[in-house]
Amino acid sequence: MPDMSQITRRNFIKIAMGTTAAGMVGGITSCAAKKQVVVVGGGAGGATVAKYIRKADPSIEVTLIEPNEYYYTCFMSNEILAGERTIGSIKFGYEGLSQHGIKVVRGYVNNIKPAEKTVTTQEGYTFRYDRLVISPGIDFKWDAIEGYDESVVDKMPHAWRAGSQTITLRKQLETMKDGGTVIIAPPPKPFRCSTAPYERASLIAHYLKQHKPRSKILILDGNEAFPKQQLFIQGWKKLYGYGTGNSMIEWLPSSKEGKVVRVDAKQMAVYTGDFEDKHTAAVINVIPPQQAGKIAVIAGLVNQKGWCPINKKTFESLQQPGIHVIGDAAQAGKMPKSAHAAYSQAQVCAMAVVAALSDKEMGTPSYLNTCYSIIGKDYGVSVATVYRLKGKMIAPVEGADGLSPMDASAEDRKREVVYAHSWFKNLTHEMFG
Amino acid sequence: MTYKTTRYALLLASGLMINTTTWADDGSLYMLVGTCFSCHGYNGSSLGPTTPTIAGLDNDTFVQIMTEYKDGERPSTIMGRIAKGYTGKDFQRMAEYFAKQPFVRYPQLVNTAKVKKGAILHEKYCERCHQDNGYTDYQASGILAGQWMPYLQLSLADFQINARNMPRKMKIQIRKMIKGNGEESINDIVHFYGSQTRTDVDDD
Repeated sequence: MPDMSQITRRNFIKIAMGTTAAGMVGGITSCAAKKQVVVVGGGAGGATVAKYIRKADPSIEVTLIEPNEYYYTCFMSNEILAGERTIGSIKFGYEGLSQHGIKVVRGYVNNIKPAEKTVTTQEGYTFRYDRLVISPGIDFKWDAIEGYDESVVDKMPHAWRAGSQTITLRKQLETMKDGGTVIIAPPPKPFRCSTAPYERASLIAHYLKQHKPRSKILILDGNEAFPKQQLFIQGWKKLYGYGTGNSMIEWLPSSKEGKVVRVDAKQMAVYTGDFEDKHTAAVINVIPPQQAGKIAVIAGLVNQKGWCPINKKTFESLQQPGIHVIGDAAQAGKMPKSAHAAYSQAQVCAMAVVAALSDKEMGTPSYLNTCYSIIGKDYGVSVATVYRLKGKMIAPVEGADGLSPMDASAEDRKREVVYAHSWFKNLTHEMFG
Repeated sequence: MTYKTTRYALLLASGLMINTTTWADDGSLYMLVGTCFSCHGYNGSSLGPTTPTIAGLDNDTFVQIMTEYKDGERPSTIMGRIAKGYTGKDFQRMAEYFAKQPFVRYPQLVNTAKVKKGAILHEKYCERCHQDNGYTDYQASGILAGQWMPYLQLSLADFQINARNMPRKMKIQIRKMIKGNGEESINDIVHFYGSQTRTDVDDD
């Protein structure tokens, strides 16, 4: 039965001696003929697709490979920067997925061989698959901004993967003296969660307003415009004096020399625009340009733009058959790079994988994205979009790609905050529960 | 003030669920209803604290609610925008699915004194339409028993300020209840419904 198991014979003994042995041995002895799906990456997309493949067809063996013991959600992590939420509340383990019969393996996948249908981890374990789903999230382009690389992230945190970086940035904000400047520098699009830099600016302003009211936030932007811009600006005017001489938030778009081109961590300075204008600050949050996670590059799934082109119905790679890509790494047309989008894509991808492994039709996909932004106390806004497949594209249903209205009542803005928290609770339970 | 956490409702094991088709049999349906789960919980039972559980609603009630959202007749922050993305046929398919799902009730923090008062108020003013202590969706009354309390509070607030139209009978009953028992009686009935944790077994 050499090819029936997901583990090659060579590595079997090695793994059997390891701590993860019990589940895997069971898989080999009792379920030799079962179809094998391997999921690489245990974030919003990977956790969901693993779970929904099991729900759709419990006879499929699903192995999820993830290097970290816990996942910290980026969504809602800006509330930690504001001091409104604890790091523990965005921390999720994988016990929930194990209870759905998913084999959760802690490992770092550093090799994929599509021809042999195998995945190998840095630790030396090899897994065979019938279908592979990768949900690797993002990787940073460390060579994009002169002077900004992994060696300076403790000094100038990106906090664009949640966890220790979130804590680092929060501590810097806590330590900063009243009257200091905080720089937030979003990269040119596309990048993970394109509204989040502006929510971050808002929630840091919310914190500073209460505790360090003489401080300022300067957004040095690689873009000319940003999502929900009018809603953010309306909120900033109401809460933080935006547009007045005493505004807590200042925004410099790329046309006003906002784009960061170079940083100097020692001097706590960033240089922007064609003339390399110098800006110094007490806290500097540089969000570097991004591309698909490293494993997608290794597996030959990315195009010249650094993202993974996919079939929009099945999420199967257009470059490597048999491998599906979901979440931030995928080029999913009009869907943004958000956790909710990854979750929605995972549900659809799960049906595609199950259909590919059986003789069933996957059916017609439905997709949804909801993206909440909390601008301040009792002040939330959102965008919600229903998508359908239109030819080969994922297209918003006409009339259903709605932003919160401008000039909404204070009560509605308040309710969007409580609904955002309910969304977080239900969504994370869908992923990890 | 004394609070108690009501006992955990027994969750139905998935094997006992009423629906018999599996996800792989009707992918379109599951991908359609799956879009609701992100906010309303798996199979429509929300973990709260504010998005309501939508499982177990009568077919017609579900379609009526969604149509009202789509047409802008029912106030919302976000549902009106989302409802516009679906057709009447989608609503029908969703309705049939969620009608078959058990309403999973989670314990909520309730004030026992308020629950007691609410029980009496419910019996007197609400039971005629919200039958069986609010467990039954009778003539589009919805299911109130075990619904998330913050959601009930927001809905009642919408009724109070006339953002949402109250059925004529409800208007009369609420007016009578407040007149005889004060504004706080609204909260008492919310605590009463929030305290209900009986599990749906077979509702067919």
